[in-house]
Amino acid sequence: MKFTWFHLMPWPYMPDDFREKHRSVWVDIPSTLYDPVRGHTVYNDYLDQLEYADQLGFDAIGVNEHHQNGYGLMPSPNIMAAALARRSSKSALMVLGNSIALYNPPIRVAEEFAMLDVISGGRLCAGFPVGTSMDTNYCYGTVPALTREKYAEAHDLIIKAWTQDGPFPFNGRYNKLRYVNCWPKPVQKPHPPIFIPGGGSIETWDFCLDHDYNYSYLSYSGYLRGRKLLDGYWERAAQKGKDDSPYRAGFAQIICVADTDAEAEKLYSEHASYFYNRCLHIYGGFADAPGYRTIKTLQANVLSQMTPTEAAKLPLTPWKELVEQRMVVAGSPETVRQQLEELIKSLRVGHLFCLFQVGNMPPEKVRYSTKLFADKVMPKLKNIWADYADDNRFWIKPLPQRAVPGRLMEAAQ
Amino acid sequence: MMDSRTITVSDGRAKIQVLESGRGPDLVFFHGAGGATQADPFLDALSRRFRVRAPLLPGYGDSDGGENFRTMLDITLLGLDILDALKVDNPLLVGHSMGGMLAAEMAATAANDIKRLALIAPAGLWLDAHPIPDLFALLPADYPPLLFHDVKLGEQLITAGLNLDDHEFLRAFLIQSSRQLGFAGKMLFPIPDRGLDERLYRVKAKTLLIWGDDDKLIKPVYAKAFREKLRNADYVEIKNAGHMVTLEQPEAVIAALARLAA
Repeated sequence: MKFTWFHLMPWPYMPDDFREKHRSVWVDIPSTLYDPVRGHTVYNDYLDQLEYADQLGFDAIGVNEHHQNGYGLMPSPNIMAAALARRSSKSALMVLGNSIALYNPPIRVAEEFAMLDVISGGRLCAGFPVGTSMDTNYCYGTVPALTREKYAEAHDLIIKAWTQDGPFPFNGRYNKLRYVNCWPKPVQKPHPPIFIPGGGSIETWDFCLDHDYNYSYLSYSGYLRGRKLLDGYWERAAQKGKDDSPYRAGFAQIICVADTDAEAEKLYSEHASYFYNRCLHIYGGFADAPGYRTIKTLQANVLSQMTPTEAAKLPLTPWKELVEQRMVVAGSPETVRQQLEELIKSLRVGHLFCLFQVGNMPPEKVRYSTKLFADKVMPKLKNIWADYADDNRFWIKPLPQRAVPGRLMEAAQ
Repeated sequence: MMDSRTITVSDGRAKIQVLESGRGPDLVFFHGAGGATQADPFLDALSRRFRVRAPLLPGYGDSDGGENFRTMLDITLLGLDILDALKVDNPLLVGHSMGGMLAAEMAATAANDIKRLALIAPAGLWLDAHPIPDLFALLPADYPPLLFHDVKLGEQLITAGLNLDDHEFLRAFLIQSSRQLGFAGKMLFPIPDRGLDERLYRVKAKTLLIWGDDDKLIKPVYAKAFREKLRNADYVEIKNAGHMVTLEQPEAVIAALARLAA
C-alpha cells in the first residue's frame, strides 16, 4: 500500500462571511482577498509540512494544479515539486499533475517533468489530468468541446518526446512542431509512472487501462460515495481482460487523527467546516462547462450529479454527518485504521492520497495528526496488498546512487 | 408546425435536420445558441410570408457530426455546404445571435454569392467597453431577465416546467445543454469573437441589422460597430424587445425582413 501525503495548499484567511459576500471560491474569487505577505509564510509552512511527511516515511509527497482558486494555491505545481526535490530524499514526488491541455506547446511538460525526474534522481510520479472545467475552460479559456482532443494530442506528444530519440517532427492538429527534441530526458525508463486523476469521466477508464496508467479518483465526498465510480472502473478492467492489481487505482481522502474520537471532533471540526463551507463554495455556473463532459459520461450517470438543492446543502453538513458519511475519516488511530482498511479493500486501491491539512488547519494540528498517522496507523495498513508486492509497474524507479543536495556547500565549509 | 427532413452535407461529415415550411421568397434562417424546434413560433410566423428553411447546427435537434467541426472556418464552410445542399437560388440569408455571427461569416467568405443578408442581434464582435455576459456560466434562472424585455414571457418560454431537482430531468437537461452549447462553444466560448471584425469589409450583400432596443445580452451599441465595418447596411431597432426580439416582436421583425426582400 502506498501513502501519499497530499497538499491542496488552501488560502487559510478567507473571511467568515465569505459565502455570503462572494459567489465562488474558484474562477472569480476576488484577487483582493489574497495577501502576498501572509502568503510568504503560508507557502513556506506548507512546504515544511510536505518535507516533514518525507521524513516520517510517507511513500510520496503530493502537489497538484489549480488556477484562480482559494483552496488550491498551486497554479504551477512544478515550482513546488522543484522546491521539494532538493529538500526531500526518500519520498516519490507525486505531481498530480500538470493539466497538459493547457500548456502551449505541451512539450513544456515533457521538459519540466524530465527536469524534476533528473533533479530528484528518478522520484517523479507524473500526473496528467484533463483538468477541471473551472481551471481548463473558465480560467484558461480552452473551448470545452475541444478539451479532450487537445488533451489526447498533448499526451501523445509528451510520451513520444520522452521515449523516442529526437529531433523528430510532430504534425498534430493543435501542435505543429518541426523539431521535437526533449532535453533533458527523464531518468526513469521508458518514462516516469503516469497517474491520471479522474473526476468521473468514463473515457478516462479506458485510457488508463489501455496504457497501464494508474487511475485515481479525486473527490472530497468520501469513500462511500466513491464506491460506485470505482466499481465501474474495476468492471471495465475485467471486461478488457486486465489484471486487478490494486495499484491500478487510487483515491483521495480527508483524514484527521487524534488520541480519541472526541478529541478529533474538538480539534478538527472547525477546519472541516472551513473546508466544506468556504473552500468548496463553488458557483453552480462554473460546474462543468457544456461540452466538457462527453455525452457518453453524462448518459452513464456515474457522476451521481447533485441537484442544485443537494449541492446547496453540502457545505452546511455538520461534523457528525461528515464523519458518518466518511467524507472525513476522523478519530482515534484505531477508528481511522478500521475505516481506511474498509476504504482500501472496498475500493480496491493501492494508492491513498491523504489530505491532513484541511482548510485553515494550523501547522501544530497538521503535525499532530500526521505524526499519529505515521506512527500508529500507516504501519498497520502498509502490507495490506502483500500479494502484489512485486507489482512495480505503477511506482517510481529511483537511481540507486543519488547526488546529495548541498554537497558542494559542505565541501566549501 | 414546421416540416422536417434530414440532409447529409460536407462530404458526409454532418447530418443536418432542416425545418421548412411556407410560401413566398426563399429565406434561410440560422438559429441562435438556444436552437429552434418544429414548434418555434417565430419560424411559424415567418413561414406565412416566406418559404423558410431553418437548418439546425450539429448538436441541435437531430443534427449530428459536430466533432468534425472545430474552428470558425470549419463551421462557416459547413454553413455554405448546407446552403449549397438546400439548392435555393439567391435566398435571403437570416441569422439570429450566434446564427447571425455565422451568417455574417458566410457572407464575408462567399461574398459574391450572398446578395441579401439580415443579422438579428448578431454575435461576433467584442467591445471592451460593453462586455457580453458569459453565456456559459449562467444558471437557468438567469436566462429570462437577460434575454427578454418581458421577463414574465421569458419565464413562460424558458424556465416553466424546468425541474432541476429531479435527477432524471437534470440528466436529460445536462445532456441537451452539453450537445447544444458544446457545439456553440466552438464559436462563442469564452469570448464570442473569432476575428469577424477583420473580415466584415468583404461582405457585398445588401444587409439589414435588426436589434431589440432592450437587448441586455448583446447591447444595441454593437449595431454601430457592425455598421462601421459593413458597406451596405441598414438598421432597424425594435421597441419593447430584448435579445429574443424574434419571440417578443415577431411581426416587427418579419415586416423589416419583408422590406429587405422586396
